[in-house]
Amino acid sequence: MFPNQLARGAVECLIAALTAIAVIVLARRRAPDLLKEVPTAQLRGLLQIVAVGAILAALLHGPQWTSIFVLVGMVFAAASIVRKRAKQIPGAFVLALIAIGVGAGSILAIMIATGVIPLRILVLVPVGSMVIANTMNTQSLFLDRFRGEVLSHVGEIESALALGASAEAAVTRYLHAAFRSSLIPAVDNIRSLGIVWIPGIMAGMVLSGASPLYAALYQFVVLSTIFSASALACFVASYLVTKRIFSVHDQLLLRS
Amino acid sequence: MLAIVGPSGTGKSTLLRMMNRLDEPTHGTVYFHGEDYRGLPTSTLRRSIGMVMQRAYLFPGTIAENIAFGPQQHGISITPKQIADLLVQVGLEGYAQRDPLTLSGGEAQRVAITRALANQPEVLLLDEPTSALDEASRSEVERLLESLIRERRLTCLWVTHSPEQARTMGDRVLRLEAGHMTAIGTPDQVLGQTAKAPSA
Repeated sequence: MFPNQLARGAVECLIAALTAIAVIVLARRRAPDLLKEVPTAQLRGLLQIVAVGAILAALLHGPQWTSIFVLVGMVFAAASIVRKRAKQIPGAFVLALIAIGVGAGSILAIMIATGVIPLRILVLVPVGSMVIANTMNTQSLFLDRFRGEVLSHVGEIESALALGASAEAAVTRYLHAAFRSSLIPAVDNIRSLGIVWIPGIMAGMVLSGASPLYAALYQFVVLSTIFSASALACFVASYLVTKRIFSVHDQLLLRS
Repeated sequence: MLAIVGPSGTGKSTLLRMMNRLDEPTHGTVYFHGEDYRGLPTSTLRRSIGMVMQRAYLFPGTIAENIAFGPQQHGISITPKQIADLLVQVGLEGYAQRDPLTLSGGEAQRVAITRALANQPEVLLLDEPTSALDEASRSEVERLLESLIRERRLTCLWVTHSPEQARTMGDRVLRLEAGHMTAIGTPDQVLGQTAKAPSA
């Protein structure tokens, strides 16, 4: 039916994209903004993933360590996406870059150093990208929730400051709320593993001939790595973000 | 007690916020005990210059936790007995373990005043503390503040949009217009006069 795999893939992408557009057309009264946002996001995502596929194909012929540069590029791209979700937070790009870099970077380094994730392009790039992408999502949720909490509690925060509380003490409860809520997806993914969903990496490993039990164990490794990277990134961000929304004299700068 | 009056948007609240250093002056400074306040640690300054806002903004937890919050920030623990005594002074005896969500507007504002006083400030800034209250609560809070301020001999700056309240509460009155002081003096001098003083 299809002359080659590429043509088949293109048709499958079109069907998937049209299905998503049909759903947002159906739901347009409830979420009118999605009608503008989703098609652009889909097109962008498609172009990006095709570009990554092409880069991956090219890298396969080069030295294995080049995969590190791909992941570093992904961290920059992830930080740029997080910045858009945290517009009112000054220096959000650098904040996200540091948080994702430290969170995903150090956890991946531990996994590589211990041999859990082999330094092979075919493994490191897909697994690393999963870790970075999920860390990015957690960062977006964390900063978005924290910004929302601060903006809706300006009075309480300034009351605490007026009593002599430090900036850190004045926003502690809002940092806790943002930290907890941003990690809910990562925790739920681990909790529901195997019961609600069988993630793609496990399905891929089984399809490519790995033992289902080893594939299951490795899936747990990947999700735990994602959780560790996400939590560490939030931890780092929680310290950086406070400094960015207060002046050196503990004056709240983030206001609606 | 200095009452600060003036039209909306004239900078009355900003003036108080600068004194508590919630906002930074774009130029000029504030002198506290003859010393440029920018040389003082912010936390120490805010302990000495307490502030009560238009709304109470109580923290989640108990009333006792709200009152203990300020002293805790300065490494001072306040005993349950001291909290109970403070609550008696503001007419909220037995409220220590209550949830702030169960309080009326007037009660919440009295807790906010107690919370500010728990830091034992030398100066108390009051930013329209009764404007969000109903008539009955307003008079109660006014009477309470008057007695607390006199009893503790506090220096107090009270921002109000009501000339009547300024006349009742203020020993002196300062009028602000468009960010400038246009008059200062006794209530009769400022509120009774028709000609404005030159801009300061």
